[in-house]
Amino acid sequence: MRYLPLTPEDRKDMLETIGAPSVDALFADVPEAARLKGPVDLPRRATELEVERAFTAMAGRNLSASTAPFFVGAGAYKHHVPATVDHLIQRSEFLTSYTPYQPEISQGTLQTLFEFQTQVALLTGTDVANASMYDGSTACAEAVLMACRITKRQRAVLSGNLHPHYAEATRTLAKYMDIEIEAAAPVPGGLDAVSDALTDDVACVVVQNPDVFGQVHDLRPLAEAAHAKGALLIAVFTEVVSLGLIESPGAMGADIVVGEGQSLGVGLQFGGPYVGLFACRDDRNFIRNLPGRLAGETVDADGRRGFVLTLSTREQHIRRDKATSNICTNSGLMALAFTIHMTLLGETGLRTLARLNHERACEMADRLAALPGVEVLNSAFFNEITVRLPKPAAGVVEALAAKGILAGVPASRLFPKGGLDDLLMLAATETTTQADLDALEAGLKEVL
Amino acid sequence: MSMNAQGRPSRPLHAHDAGAYQDTFSGSRGLDQAEPLIFERGRVDVTGVDLPDPTGAPSRIGGLERKAEIGLPGLAEPETMRHYVRLSRKNYAIDLGLYPLGSCTMKHNPRLNEKMARLPGFGDIHPLQPQSTVQGALELIGELAHWLMVLTNTPCVAMSPKAGAHGELCGMMAIRAALDARGETGRRRVLVPESAHGTNPATAVQCGFFCDEIPADTTGRVDMEAFKAKLGPDVAAIMLTNPNTCGLFERDIKEIADLIHEAGGYFYCDGANFNAIVGRVRPGDLGIDAMHINLHKTFSTPHGGGGPGSGPTVFSQALAPFVPVPFVVREGETWHLVEHEHEAEGQPFGRMVAFHGQMGMFTRALSYMMSHGSDGLRQAAEDAVLNANYVLARLRHVMTAAFDGTCMHEALFDDRFLKGTGVSTLDFAKAMIDEGYHPMTMYFPLVVHGAMLIEPTETESKASLDRFCDTLEGLALAAKAGEAERFTAAPRHAPAKRLDETRAARSPVLRWSPPAQTPQAAE
Repeated sequence: MRYLPLTPEDRKDMLETIGAPSVDALFADVPEAARLKGPVDLPRRATELEVERAFTAMAGRNLSASTAPFFVGAGAYKHHVPATVDHLIQRSEFLTSYTPYQPEISQGTLQTLFEFQTQVALLTGTDVANASMYDGSTACAEAVLMACRITKRQRAVLSGNLHPHYAEATRTLAKYMDIEIEAAAPVPGGLDAVSDALTDDVACVVVQNPDVFGQVHDLRPLAEAAHAKGALLIAVFTEVVSLGLIESPGAMGADIVVGEGQSLGVGLQFGGPYVGLFACRDDRNFIRNLPGRLAGETVDADGRRGFVLTLSTREQHIRRDKATSNICTNSGLMALAFTIHMTLLGETGLRTLARLNHERACEMADRLAALPGVEVLNSAFFNEITVRLPKPAAGVVEALAAKGILAGVPASRLFPKGGLDDLLMLAATETTTQADLDALEAGLKEVL
Repeated sequence: MSMNAQGRPSRPLHAHDAGAYQDTFSGSRGLDQAEPLIFERGRVDVTGVDLPDPTGAPSRIGGLERKAEIGLPGLAEPETMRHYVRLSRKNYAIDLGLYPLGSCTMKHNPRLNEKMARLPGFGDIHPLQPQSTVQGALELIGELAHWLMVLTNTPCVAMSPKAGAHGELCGMMAIRAALDARGETGRRRVLVPESAHGTNPATAVQCGFFCDEIPADTTGRVDMEAFKAKLGPDVAAIMLTNPNTCGLFERDIKEIADLIHEAGGYFYCDGANFNAIVGRVRPGDLGIDAMHINLHKTFSTPHGGGGPGSGPTVFSQALAPFVPVPFVVREGETWHLVEHEHEAEGQPFGRMVAFHGQMGMFTRALSYMMSHGSDGLRQAAEDAVLNANYVLARLRHVMTAAFDGTCMHEALFDDRFLKGTGVSTLDFAKAMIDEGYHPMTMYFPLVVHGAMLIEPTETESKASLDRFCDTLEGLALAAKAGEAERFTAAPRHAPAKRLDETRAARSPVLRWSPPAQTPQAAE
């Protein structure tokens, strides 16, 4: 077996040193009835070539984003990732290292996490960020729990225009914590009634910007209304590139900002691994209540600057049943990919990238609006829009997929009971070409 | 509590700033090069990407354009490459050497898995594409699920949990949902051995339970009398790791399973140590109701400096109806993804995460599993156990083994051999760094004093283990010979000397800030 270095002679010698007659003797503590006598009913080992063939066959049954006119968004976005990013995250010293518990030989990971935290804080317009979460949806759910701990209130109000998967993940995590979750009804292209639910016992209001339908909002009135009731504003984003063009959530009054970092460095990957971003203002009570890991600056015995994981007294391995969260693993490698991509872009590159995304979406919106029977619902948007079609969107998307066009997400897939069957959500990015837009337009003309 | 609140410039400390440290002018030590933060060398007007020029058309974002500078520096591509390559060299990694962290399972990460995960058909597909266009991906999830169910002998698996602790949450939420469905609102006590991972009690609390600790007996296993005494009508579940965190198999596991079931509770098994028994013992045969599987440990997906993980969770028939969405089902020749609770036949407790879990880890894990096959997986578990017992046998005369007898895939020592030497477990670990090894897991499990938990894994050769044991033997003898300075001053040959963790926690500096009163950092 190519991954196992021990030879039969090694095994024999080692058993002798141990003083055991056989490997079976090492499993003597396993109850006799539970010991398997032979291999389980699965295929025997495959060569490297055989594995490659099997995987290539399975991969061939999928239509990959780069081989089709592609307009799917709703929480994950297709962007071009510079080759340097993938090369660097495959460096053995990053790829095959563990959680940096031994800081003296983990400065590479720790310094990049410190850079990541700073970049995320700057992007979101907040003061501090943690060293990443599993993804945007779990970051959102953890933010609600954190807001409840901070305010000592047990009620959260979700915008109806929050990505339904984020709302569901939040409901699930809050389910057994005695936290009451209330949600407004979705209003595609508009402003939902989330502020109506604000009462004196609300811990937080959760709002996505741009929202799941692509609509961009001014968060300031909601922030003021929430703060007037002693509640926190949690701002969510699923498209981090939007922060290169739109005023930051922190500057608009959000107390906690969470979102998905997949757009920078990570790639689509059929939903994961992604990287959750989590940031908040610099307040002792907030920082003590943060979930997840934190990298912090310190000095070594020579007085040289160095970095360590810090404030671990919040974490489960120290605090056990009193921890802020049960989270142990973060998305270290994806956070690294995010940071490298962000470093390559810099502020100039990010602003240009955001502008390009927006311009492609503007063109897409104009071309769709010109089609008979198609109505664009957004008045303000970044790179994603929602359109009303003259017929159910699910069938339209299937018909276009049969033509090799990945035309977006039918709203009914995310809101199966929302009465939104005629709505289609589409995203454009810097990767969208004129030919893609031509294909979409022509395809829709045929299908509608 | 502010970042750089003391006005301490967050700049590289040059040799002349650093007091005792004066041996080079640059702050570098040969190939270990001092590397400033990107914020200290990048500029907001520099970019390392070429993008087309925007048309300049007015934006339609409702007048909410960002106005102020964000402050994000950029580096050109060669500078970026050099920055991160230099940083990478300050990390220890499994590709550099033995990484004996107990309970973390640092084994070889085959690059074939990376290559398979990057096939465009897997790496470049969207989670919300029409299901007709991702049949191969759904098949892969179904195939991996099949392997996991066969290896554990369970009828059901939830694939979406994103890490081990997330898998624990999945399992315990299913238990809570099952209890609620039975109308058992009084069962809220969860039995957790004192040797459990910290995630176990934290997870139980997130499901509305409270924890009751079970002590270990003198052999390092669950104290059966204490366990029996704690059973009662308010017990919801036991959370047990097997093999346990002392590296031992819980001999009474079937009795534990029977007793908890008789008492009306469920058996959650922490599967962090599944790699010791894959192909030799099926947890389903031991009576478990739920168990997460750390794909990154058992099936070798890279740990990536702290993640991503992946924690699919298998279930017994009793808990199967409560498994969360989404999950894949096969309908004839096609695969279907059940995304909504109302589409499911059972009573899913909800959705844990957007989309379908760690697809990129699924590809890697299945590639690893197919490469081994049923025969290779069994051999891997045997070699992991053999290697750990070899380390235990070679070192027990100079270090103190915490318990008698054989171990499973990790060998547990304690600090009795260091008594009177002035060397702590931490010092001993830091001295290993100077010898070119990553330290073992220290001070865990909590049931033994000054624990040192060594897990070599199956991908170490005998020669590698011999070098490692020779080194540890040398260190143990040096400690006993009174060479405390070798340990307390360690590490001396690492990119950083002993770091001040207390200072980091007392006055947290969690991000870079521009130096106070300096409009532009001098570079």
